[in-house]
Amino acid sequence: MSLADLTARKTAGPLPEGLLFEGADWDFGTIQRVFDAIEDIAVGELGLDVYPNQIEVITAEQMLDAYSSIGMPLFYKHWSFGKHFAAHEASYRKGMRGLAYEIVINSNPCISYVMEENTATMQALVIAHAAFGHNHFFKNNYLFKQWTDADGILDYLEFAKGFISDCEERYGHAQVEMVLDAAHALMGQAVHRYPRKMRPDLRSEEKREHDRRLHEERMYNDLWRTVPTKERGAPDDGDLLRRRALLQLPQENILYFLEKTAPKLAPWQREVLRIVRLIAQYFYPQGQTKVMNEGCATYVHYKIMTRLHETGKISDGAMLEFLRSHTNVVYQPQFDEPHYGGINPYALGFAMMQDIERICEDPSDEDREWFPDIAGRGDHMAVLRDVWANYRDESFILQFLSPHLMRQLKFFHVVDDEDEPDLEVKAIHDERGYRKLRRALARQYDIAHTDADIQIVDVDLAGDRRLILQHSMLNRITLEESDTRRTLQHLADLWGYDVLMREVDPETDMVVREHTASARRRLV
Amino acid sequence: MHIVDRRLNPGGKSLANRQRFLRRAKALVKRAVRDSSKERSIKDLEAGGEVSIPLDGVREPRLRRSSEGGVRDYLLPGNKDYVEGERIPRPPRGGGGGGSQGSPGGEGEDDFRFALSHEEFVDLFLEDLELPDLAKRKLATTEQLSWRRAGFSVTGSPANLALTRTMRNSLSRRIALRRPRPDAIAALQAEIEELERTHDDPIRLEEAREELARMRKRTKAIPWIDPIDLRYRRSEATPRPIAQAVMFCLMDVSGSMTEHMKDLAKRFFTLLYLFLKRRYKHVEIVFIRHTHEASEVDEETFFYSPETGGTVVSTALEEMIRVMHERYRPEDWNIYAAQASDGDNTSSDNAKTAALLTDQILPACQYFAYLEVGREDDSPMGFGYRQSDLWRTYDLARSAGAQIAMRKVRHRRDIYPVFRELFAKKGEQKTA
Repeated sequence: MSLADLTARKTAGPLPEGLLFEGADWDFGTIQRVFDAIEDIAVGELGLDVYPNQIEVITAEQMLDAYSSIGMPLFYKHWSFGKHFAAHEASYRKGMRGLAYEIVINSNPCISYVMEENTATMQALVIAHAAFGHNHFFKNNYLFKQWTDADGILDYLEFAKGFISDCEERYGHAQVEMVLDAAHALMGQAVHRYPRKMRPDLRSEEKREHDRRLHEERMYNDLWRTVPTKERGAPDDGDLLRRRALLQLPQENILYFLEKTAPKLAPWQREVLRIVRLIAQYFYPQGQTKVMNEGCATYVHYKIMTRLHETGKISDGAMLEFLRSHTNVVYQPQFDEPHYGGINPYALGFAMMQDIERICEDPSDEDREWFPDIAGRGDHMAVLRDVWANYRDESFILQFLSPHLMRQLKFFHVVDDEDEPDLEVKAIHDERGYRKLRRALARQYDIAHTDADIQIVDVDLAGDRRLILQHSMLNRITLEESDTRRTLQHLADLWGYDVLMREVDPETDMVVREHTASARRRLV
Repeated sequence: MHIVDRRLNPGGKSLANRQRFLRRAKALVKRAVRDSSKERSIKDLEAGGEVSIPLDGVREPRLRRSSEGGVRDYLLPGNKDYVEGERIPRPPRGGGGGGSQGSPGGEGEDDFRFALSHEEFVDLFLEDLELPDLAKRKLATTEQLSWRRAGFSVTGSPANLALTRTMRNSLSRRIALRRPRPDAIAALQAEIEELERTHDDPIRLEEAREELARMRKRTKAIPWIDPIDLRYRRSEATPRPIAQAVMFCLMDVSGSMTEHMKDLAKRFFTLLYLFLKRRYKHVEIVFIRHTHEASEVDEETFFYSPETGGTVVSTALEEMIRVMHERYRPEDWNIYAAQASDGDNTSSDNAKTAALLTDQILPACQYFAYLEVGREDDSPMGFGYRQSDLWRTYDLARSAGAQIAMRKVRHRRDIYPVFRELFAKKGEQKTA
């Protein structure tokens, strides 16, 4: 074939039999074809259940932009997003870091951004990864179901953006920025970590009161009256308890507490706190499902791309290009390599899901012993779908990290005790170590373990209204000093009075360190 | 599935955030720009470019655990030969040999670098020197526009109608659409009349009549001049021919000039260069340094190379005159000169210096500025500063009517007034 023939075929000629695309170029027709082919596999063969998809083609600059405002398509304005934009842009320009190929938003319809610079193969990969992998995970995982409202998020962001820009017009940029800065600093302490009791409405409250009375009448026995009652405690104690109950103390959601009870905030400032808090809450599941979410998406794209290749829908060249990206994504450097940066959630999640497939389809005796429920069960997709729906990283690892995989990754557990001269290897990948390793890894993903336990414990309402917080230290690790000072300053500004933070070692009940801050100026 | 093409959405969505960030970081950026002018060469300032600001000023704090102390455990991949219970010597702090967990949120960036455009850079730079609006207006209006012919356009005022071009268009259109020529019609008419008279050939007559009707119809349908033929002469605004300027930087580099003095001089030269760059499309700089002898050097040598020796100012002026005659003839170039010195001169040289200045240099120059740099901690003695040799010499020339701007500068903040005196509008020079 001459060169002229080659170029002619590349530009105009019909595609070779069965191929969805050839070469790197793509157009909307290509994307549609690729999407349809992928959908057949994802829904038909893998049995995924997804929100309707919306694919948006954007430029590199828009990708940088979406990147900087935590992946959200519309977001209120704040300098920190500008800062992140500048930082991302600088490293992107220098070629230090490539751009993400995709961003996907947990919404209904599920929005995936693809970059115009991507090749056709990359677009297929992105669609498989984001529009089906992540999408399925968002729609089915219990944490996302419990905490996020995919139908409402875009409307809410729209509202938040409008509200904050209204505030800027009305109260000035500086005022709004001050509140936002403070709220952002406390964003990590702005989630309810456990689903709360539904607030009873008035009618059911009335009914409960009625039922209670009926119950008391039924159970009434005059005899109880003659039992001597205990002396009433000091009135102060009762007051204290009552006050704490009224303020819902102790309270770990600091922004929630401020929104509801900070004495000096104006209504709009409370609303700003609420916006930041709700967005923090929206992202709360993402932090707990990084390994699973990325693992799910990676597993799904790998399955789909392989299938496309098997059925002759993508060429060998495209498959090789895909494999190159794929191996980059799931690369796990070893601990002593210079660019080791912790455990790669893509690598771990993907490896575990492949491992589950292996256990279902082709188990060893060891697997049968460790995973009696799923070993040799066949239908690995059903198992995986169940896993994706009902676990988060911590429980997932605790349940499914197999000895096989631990050996493969050569995990070992090192403890670094400040008081000891050396580090100690606590466990390695052997018979005695598997369970320890698994527990240790799971704990690294347990938010109860990874996030500092900080709670508002008291407010001295009768006295100087000082807000008292407590950090229950874990493993004798204190808070980072200068950041804590700055954050407390923000907290004090919002609260309007002094703030005290005690760092307490729960083992000894000793106060190890105290930080204080006084309100600088009135925010209102 | 929907595919939405967002590429055409208005870009620069991040602009507002970026501006907010700049506004917040402005004090820091300003300091960074100011400091960077120390490190950069004068010409580099043209390029704008990256400045780095300390991350601390735009830090976003949050409550997080310290990365040191306590008991920590790590689960690491890639065990080679460790066994349970083995003890590993603690790797040195910060080495990361133990493979500490990747710091979330990417802490540990040192400085925050970002790029400023040339405009942003110059604005911040000049803002530092508080260039008043007065001078800015002057900067903005220096370039005048002239109108130049630039082809034809399809719209315009009747006065600009390009008749020849229009007619040419009309003709080619008529030819292309086969509009019957008037003489063809006339010939046909003549033929019809002839046939009518002779009754020779009734068939041909019929044909000819039909043809004439067709021709007339066609003539009506295809006008002589159509609006699409019209062409107007178009003019385009172009900047006036570009003027060129050269700036001579003369500096005394004898041992008595300290780094501080050179820094003051550099700042002044920089400002002058930026100003000229805005006024003229083409600006050249000549660096001349002198001790007891003078030479033309590059910028690096000019500011940074150590040099000692006696001081003979006239050598610098001679060198300038030489360069001027060789490369920058006063009739073709706008010549600016700034001289920085601590004011010492060999007393026997003063007369020669004054003569060179008044007879040869000042007539050729647009402006000549003399900047006497002093130590920051210099304090007045007795009734005032001691007049230096050079100052007295130049002052004498000035009182004799020479156009020369003279200032003493001890602080950075003093630089601007000199600059302003040079470039204020004529009428306001007195008040400056």
